[in-house]
Amino acid sequence: MALSPEQIHKIAHLAKLSIDEGSIAEISSQLDNIMTLIDHMEQADTEGVEPLSHPQDPVLRLREDKVTDTDRRDDFMRLTSHSEDGLYLVPRVIE
Amino acid sequence: MLDKSLTQISKALRDGSLSSAELTRMALDKAADNAHLNAFISLNEEQALADAAKADAAIADGNNDPLCGIVTAHKDIFCTKDILTSCGSKILSNFISPYDATVVAKTAARNMVSIGKTNMDEFAMGSTTESSFYGPTLNPWNTEHVPGGSSGGAAVAVSAGIVPVSTGTDTGGSVRQPAALCGLSGIKPTYGRVSRWGMVAFASSFDQAGVFGRSAEDTAIMLEAICGFDPKDSTSIEDQNIDFRSELNQDIKGLRIGLPKQYFNQDLDSGIGEIVHQAADDLKKLGAELVEIDLPNSDLGIPCYYVLAPAEASSNLSRFDGVRYGVRAENYDDLESLYVNTRTEGFGEEVKRRIMVGTYALSSGYYDAYYIKAQKLRRLIVNDFHTAFEQCDLILGPTTPHTAPKLGAVNHDPVSMYLEDIYTVTLNLAGLPGMSIPAGIAKNGLPVGMQLIGNYMQESRILNVAHQFQQATDWHTLKPASHTAKNGGAT
Repeated sequence: MALSPEQIHKIAHLAKLSIDEGSIAEISSQLDNIMTLIDHMEQADTEGVEPLSHPQDPVLRLREDKVTDTDRRDDFMRLTSHSEDGLYLVPRVIE
Repeated sequence: MLDKSLTQISKALRDGSLSSAELTRMALDKAADNAHLNAFISLNEEQALADAAKADAAIADGNNDPLCGIVTAHKDIFCTKDILTSCGSKILSNFISPYDATVVAKTAARNMVSIGKTNMDEFAMGSTTESSFYGPTLNPWNTEHVPGGSSGGAAVAVSAGIVPVSTGTDTGGSVRQPAALCGLSGIKPTYGRVSRWGMVAFASSFDQAGVFGRSAEDTAIMLEAICGFDPKDSTSIEDQNIDFRSELNQDIKGLRIGLPKQYFNQDLDSGIGEIVHQAADDLKKLGAELVEIDLPNSDLGIPCYYVLAPAEASSNLSRFDGVRYGVRAENYDDLESLYVNTRTEGFGEEVKRRIMVGTYALSSGYYDAYYIKAQKLRRLIVNDFHTAFEQCDLILGPTTPHTAPKLGAVNHDPVSMYLEDIYTVTLNLAGLPGMSIPAGIAKNGLPVGMQLIGNYMQESRILNVAHQFQQATDWHTLKPASHTAKNGGAT
């Protein structure tokens, strides 16, 4: 099933990416090829099979409830030049 | 000296005929001579020489660790304190990590000297190392060809004789495939053996670190250094035996080696098929028993993987929004355009493609048809391996269907690039350990790898068979011409 330009724009919106109108035909054809490959999954009879999300089927480990990390706030804040008074700066969200 | 085995270099460091400082200088010079291969994103000369001096002091104090003072290089996916960790992406091209990944800390604790960070496909998404923001890495066997990927720089650093061992990561074959295409030994251990802490996430239920070396023995020594429980990784295996060397010399008489019939069909280059069959016969001469096995769903590994890995990637890469770290777009009007412009400008084409596929597979109305269907298929593929390991002790097959493609030959056609992963992705779906070792040279002069697949936690058995094969054959000793040529001229 070919993806329509509207669908591609919707996926891009969900992924927080923008698609240039000029390249939509190429992106559409590449995604169609990939989805055609993926559609081969239909060959497998998976009726009644339990989905497997992780090779270990892991059980989350518990540990003693005590602080092990040191406070490195300043080190992490230094990774952006868009901060002030220990806060990250972004465009105004609430007027 | 750099083309010697790790054990030989280690002996020279111990008997005083070589210092780690000299070795490090040689490695840095060799890296500079081979700059055209573009194996490194950054070289850390100052820190490397300081670390080498520390290693020399430790050796003088009687440190007998075979890794003390040995030079290595980490894939640029591992966070390194105060050194650029770009993951091959523009969006992280300004990222200086405030901490070391566990893998980096573990090798440093063994007094290994890291000379730099190696080139890779952006966010490890690729099989050619062409999607790196820093340009493609070239294959030292023939510089018109790619080295494979995504850990292409790590493979080339060893293949070109710059360092004896290096680290990489393998989400769908990214250690085994470049090892095959560059004539190296490369192992991906059981999922959970190596901590993922500080390793930039691509697909968390698949990602696993591994190592490259020029022999099974060298990779065994290096693998021991990076494995082990880490409370900082929730999927780290607590109880593990990390002795990969004591069984290297064990006799393989009577060992049942399974050859999956699906791995030798029309998808495989016939020359590679012959080489891998010959290698299997060599193992038979050493006493192994060859049995044909069935992995009925192996052809569906590719579609299954290319739903699940992009789905996990689309979620993992949502963290790159230009707010807390990484490169932020210069122009934006509001929060939405800050996110969108940052990501659109910061990610390369292949990464965006996989985020789109993953987002689609997880989106409302398609989740069951793609994501859940792929998870069910994942269980069938795992079950195939369980059944196969009732009939054999180890599985053997080709690592790749073809030798290294030419630069630009597959990266513009995503589907044909994905299909090259046909023999490697199923192991990641199952979390099984696998290794590629050199098995021969194809008619075009490029190396061919064979893959050994073990059951969970059976790395020792894989390494034992690989080592026994390498004692009986000399494919692993072949080197590209650039290994010895001063200026790295390719054949």
